[in-house]
Amino acid sequence: MSTGEPLFLDFFFLLRRIGVPASTREWLMFVEALERGLVAASLDRFYAIARATLVKHERYYDLFDQAFSHYFLGTRPPAELTRAIEAWLEDPLPLPTLSPEELAALEHLDLDALMKRFEDTLREQDERHDGGSKWIGTGGRSPFGHSGVHPTGMRVGGESRSRSAVQVAAQRRFVDYRDDLVLDTRQVGIALRKLRRLGRVEEATELDLEGTIEATARNCGDIEVALRPPRENQLKVLLLMDVGGSMDPFALTVSRLFSAAHAAQHFREFHAYYFHNCVYERVYDNARFSSGKDTLELLRWLGPDTRLVVVGDAHMAPWELTARGGAIDYHHQNDEPGVVWLQRLRRHFKQSVWLNPMPQRFWTHPTIALVGQQFPMFELTLAGLEQAITSLRQSA
Amino acid sequence: MYDNFTGTESYIASPELQEAVNVALALQRPLLIKGEPGTGKTLLARAVAEQLKRPMHTWHVKSTSKAIEGLYVYDAVQRLQDSRFGDRDVRDIRNYIRFGALGRAFLADEPSVVLIDEVDKADLEFPNDLLHELDQMSFTVTETGDVHTAKIRPLVIITSNNEKELPDAFLRRCIFHFIAFPEPMLMARIVKVHHPKVRGVLLDEALARFYWLRSLPELRKRPSTSELVDWLGALVRGGLDEATLAERIPFLGTLLKKEQDLEAVARRGRGWTKH
Repeated sequence: MSTGEPLFLDFFFLLRRIGVPASTREWLMFVEALERGLVAASLDRFYAIARATLVKHERYYDLFDQAFSHYFLGTRPPAELTRAIEAWLEDPLPLPTLSPEELAALEHLDLDALMKRFEDTLREQDERHDGGSKWIGTGGRSPFGHSGVHPTGMRVGGESRSRSAVQVAAQRRFVDYRDDLVLDTRQVGIALRKLRRLGRVEEATELDLEGTIEATARNCGDIEVALRPPRENQLKVLLLMDVGGSMDPFALTVSRLFSAAHAAQHFREFHAYYFHNCVYERVYDNARFSSGKDTLELLRWLGPDTRLVVVGDAHMAPWELTARGGAIDYHHQNDEPGVVWLQRLRRHFKQSVWLNPMPQRFWTHPTIALVGQQFPMFELTLAGLEQAITSLRQSA
Repeated sequence: MYDNFTGTESYIASPELQEAVNVALALQRPLLIKGEPGTGKTLLARAVAEQLKRPMHTWHVKSTSKAIEGLYVYDAVQRLQDSRFGDRDVRDIRNYIRFGALGRAFLADEPSVVLIDEVDKADLEFPNDLLHELDQMSFTVTETGDVHTAKIRPLVIITSNNEKELPDAFLRRCIFHFIAFPEPMLMARIVKVHHPKVRGVLLDEALARFYWLRSLPELRKRPSTSELVDWLGALVRGGLDEATLAERIPFLGTLLKKEQDLEAVARRGRGWTKH
């Protein structure tokens, strides 16, 4: 290899274009390896060395492989087209509001016709499209795409905002968040750290250097060792999460919060349970509601000094909050209305907050407003989280 | 000529892993190794040290570890104690500076290997606190003002179990390699290192069961390489052959460590025969 020449610069830009976050610093590292002749004339070595210097997470290995084979072997990544479409869809526009007349004016299609037109449209389309009524995109009135309005529309990725999609072309499965998610939890983790409340209660086992020096000085230079209890976080946190159907669009955000809270090892106790739309007699260990714990037992078990964090959109049918037997699950007959359970939680814990993934402008919805009267409510954004934490820290 | 790592008799490294180690050696950058538990992340450092005939300094990171501890610790208590009995010269603070794994490697006159094991166990900011020291391979002892710069830059190998995301600034400075779970072919070679006398038929059957178990989605903890090695040892010592394996999976407790997982496999019955 000759020196100084920006070799394979287009490969670097290809990586960046398809979403591998390689930086200039890493590129220079790779170029240095080239210049030192480490790659020699071997494509295998090029592959290994480029990957080791440019890719810093195994989640990008697959993208790197596609870029590599595209660049050197000329294969067209088969997923390229759909991937690009997914990227347009990732950032949806707000939902258009349509009058019933407008809705009725949109044609109704049967499933076969819909599938056929979807495939035809996919073939014709070659760029991102938002709004409008034909192309696959977001926030429009075409039967394809997501975050749009169409009476018998078909969903392509994204989330169910209007719930009339006949078939879900790409579905995001909603299971326990715990296992695999490590994406972007760092910011949340740092925010959660502010929750730390350090207190000294344990046995005196740690050397107090300053205290020792002072005691020794007072003792005319004869050593007097002073000990103090180590500082440990005293904070106990209970996290209750709504995993109801209307929470689907927020799965990613909620799972980020969850994995960050779970990875944060600085709480003295951390408990997490699930519920569906509203908390009633029982809360659940998993998002499939297969096993759980009585809410009253939970309250007996966790003292009032535990901080309660509820995550939910509080978006439900009014009777789920106000009526006996109003729970959304058909087989569940609750003896007391949901709002009584919420009040019970609120009264038991000295400090509690409700994090709502819905933007604040939607909080005028009746059930959200009612829940907002029970709990201090914050948006589930980084800023909202910080406000919530400030609120939880008060009278700590 | 650069040092060249090719794997050792007891440590089989994939070509990509070999390249990653060699790039890290040539560019004198830290090497970050990630992978499932039991894929030999920690053993890699020992194998590199062994093959390159370099001494190894190990730093096991804990949740309470501070970045500075890898460089040095100032033992104020010992100094205070000595001031009382006058055993050593307490006027010289240098007598009470103890160097950590990185510190010792920087000071040494010969090239070495430093293993920073399980870096993700520590605080989120831990890796960032080491950025300068790893970049410049130099540090200052605050108590004395002494600056120590590596005479010969050691190879720093950092392992992570992915418990926490590492900061981007840190990642950008590292060479990275993810040890994927070995394919059956490579796995057979790895296992043979530990059990050279195991018969081929038994090994094939055992590997088939092992990969079947790993494919079960309901398992909470999938068995890893080290558990496979233990299990094969148990099979060989128990004098069991492939005929037994066709009937059942003996010593299942060697492979699965969670009660729920054992129950899950029991529920599956002899599901592997379908494969």
